[in-house]
Amino acid sequence: MSRHTLSVLVENKPGVLTRVSGLFARRSFNIYSLAVGPTEHPEISRITVVVDVAELPLEQVTKQLNKLVHVLKIVELERDTSVQRELLLVKVRADNPNRAGVLEVVQLFRARVVDVVPDAVTIEATGGPDKLAALLTALEPFGVREIVQSGTVAIGRGSRSITDRSLERVGRSA
Amino acid sequence: MVQSHRPAPPRAAAPTPGPRPVVTSVTDVEQVAAGGTGHAVFSGEMNGAKSIVRSLEECGVEVIFGLPGGAVLPLYDPLMDSEQIRHILVRHEQGAGHAASGYAHATGRVGVCVATSGPGATNLVTPLADANMDSIPIVAITGQVGAALIGTDAFQEADIVGITLPITKHSFLVTNPDDIPRVIAEAFHIAGTGRPGPVLVDIAKSAMAAGTSFGWPPELQLPGYHPTTKPHGKQIREAARLLATARRPVLYVGGGVIRSRAAAELLKLASASGAAVVTTLMARGALPDSHPQNLGMPGMHGTVAAVAALQKCDLLVALGTRFDDRVTGKLSSFAPHATVVHADIDPAEIGKNRTVDVPIVGDLKEVINDLLPELAAEQAQHGKPDLEAWWRQIDDWRETYPLGFEPTEDGLLAPQHVISRIGEISGPESIFVAGVGQHQMWASQFIRFERPNSWINSGGLGTMGYSVPAAMGAKVGAPDRTVWSIDGDGCFQMTNQELATCAINEIPIKVAIINNSSLGMVRQWQTLFYESRYSNTDLNTGHGTVRIPDFVKLAEAYGCVGLRCGAEADVDATIKRAMEIDDQPVVVDFTVSRNAMVWPMVAAGVSNDEIQYARGISPAWDRED
Repeated sequence: MSRHTLSVLVENKPGVLTRVSGLFARRSFNIYSLAVGPTEHPEISRITVVVDVAELPLEQVTKQLNKLVHVLKIVELERDTSVQRELLLVKVRADNPNRAGVLEVVQLFRARVVDVVPDAVTIEATGGPDKLAALLTALEPFGVREIVQSGTVAIGRGSRSITDRSLERVGRSA
Repeated sequence: MVQSHRPAPPRAAAPTPGPRPVVTSVTDVEQVAAGGTGHAVFSGEMNGAKSIVRSLEECGVEVIFGLPGGAVLPLYDPLMDSEQIRHILVRHEQGAGHAASGYAHATGRVGVCVATSGPGATNLVTPLADANMDSIPIVAITGQVGAALIGTDAFQEADIVGITLPITKHSFLVTNPDDIPRVIAEAFHIAGTGRPGPVLVDIAKSAMAAGTSFGWPPELQLPGYHPTTKPHGKQIREAARLLATARRPVLYVGGGVIRSRAAAELLKLASASGAAVVTTLMARGALPDSHPQNLGMPGMHGTVAAVAALQKCDLLVALGTRFDDRVTGKLSSFAPHATVVHADIDPAEIGKNRTVDVPIVGDLKEVINDLLPELAAEQAQHGKPDLEAWWRQIDDWRETYPLGFEPTEDGLLAPQHVISRIGEISGPESIFVAGVGQHQMWASQFIRFERPNSWINSGGLGTMGYSVPAAMGAKVGAPDRTVWSIDGDGCFQMTNQELATCAINEIPIKVAIINNSSLGMVRQWQTLFYESRYSNTDLNTGHGTVRIPDFVKLAEAYGCVGLRCGAEADVDATIKRAMEIDDQPVVVDFTVSRNAMVWPMVAAGVSNDEIQYARGISPAWDRED
């Protein structure tokens, strides 16, 4: 088993996320994280899905995904040739005695404070899973009250775009 | 291109020609559109329901199997006026779905069924799953509650698109009537091209009732749908090289050969290569059974020769088949010495179960047509391979372990005899449609199939109850052929209500109930694996029982001719009598022995090497090795 990041370009149609996630479920593939959002083209959405699978099942899941009529393109993004980020919002107990300590951790991790009340701060951080895990470990002693985390989004390094050709196809049929 | 639509005279003014060409690809549509021909645009009193009927007509639909209800009522009104489309009113929506499938099987065209929302739609679930497993092109149109009611748990509301997501090739929910022509054209295109399959079009009642305009042909918007039909030249050459040099080659032929209408090409490939050929349950008839290279069906109940050839081959050329567990047995010991070439139109099938050495993605007709000249070139270079030793071994298997059956011990009819006599007397031009179970296996084994599309059955899903409605659909699609439903007493009781449909609509199918008074295949497994403890497999329909129901009376109640036969001496005469009746459906209750079993058999999950020719008798493989 190893972790793979797939970027799936899909037509922006109702139900497309259900089709993609349902396929993973019924073929017994485990989704580690999933993020969906718009692209530079209003008719195309991009799903970034991180899965834990061995090499052969990965090929199978890619082929099965490609069979979905609304799927335009699938690209596997390798860790060292892409930028992969998650977004973390974390609410930490922080009152007068320990607020300075919390803020020091925030600075160390180049995170940001997005909300402050007398007994807590809410921190926003982006990064890879390792960095975010380390941040949480550092905040743990102060008292973590609530965590929300996005799925991974990823983009290839360099000037090449994976959406160009799909855009042409959609443009042609629109 | 949408802007280039031009008004044309109303359709009614033009004479309706015969079947119109079905739109087969995006390119076709674009060419027609670019040529400025064929654009018909209607408005005025057009509504969504009329737009559905017009779209179906433009797609070349001649027959629909369906059953109306509240949410689909608007569609049924204009349907009544269509001169092109014959609607056949079924008694249960499952019958409509299987009938569409039988029609598609027999004709190679897209079958169409219609149901209302909620329970009507959910009754299509089994036929959709069935068609999905066997790659049958059908389009199912369901009514949905009005768009404003969707999601409110309205009366007869079911999320049929959601329910059928895993069992359709694709599905649509239509709430805007302007989308109807495009969606229906896309549904037919998706169902009938690439790897065929079922497509569901769920249309809100409000969209059927609303005003709209109708234009044809619509422009397909399927940027993510591009089936690969043209195989890769390099892989074809590699496959040809292997076929020209293998010493023990086998062509492992699946239903894909029939779907791509490649039987004639397969015959050429068999002759050119000299390879042994096995035809799977879905491919019976793809190569004539009379062809000397055809070893018959492989798999759990395959012939010893077919199973053994797969196990001992050095080259396996898989054509339009998916290495199903019922063929491979224990996968890790399947065809252990073989280099594998796998050609299929669905790339996801290649390497799914078995690692492949030479993958070929493409339509089988094109694959084989490309392969033939390359094979000839290889053979010109290397000479034809010497396959004599291989055929000597195969012939030894065939002679030692031919298909056959023992006389029954209870003196009742042998089911295998009945089925083989139906095949003989009715002949290869007939269509045989089976349910699922022992009778299905015996029909596949003992009927000699000589042409594609003559054998229809539920292979992948294994749907009991498939036979009667599918036979009805096949007979509608091929009215000049004799259509035999070979059914079991268990299967028959699941869908026999369609006999009413057959009788009233003058669809004279012939049903042979192979009545062993039990769920025979389950009973066989109980005999073999559960110490003959027959838990809940007795149906009380056969010899020496209360006969509930009495199939002869049931047939008569449905306006069919009912016949019964329980003695071997009467079998031929009864079949001939059934053959003579052509103006009414006929049901023959063949009461047979319940102890007959299907042999050979590879038990589930064990290696094909452990095939049993009959109970406790395994071939001695090592003799030849």
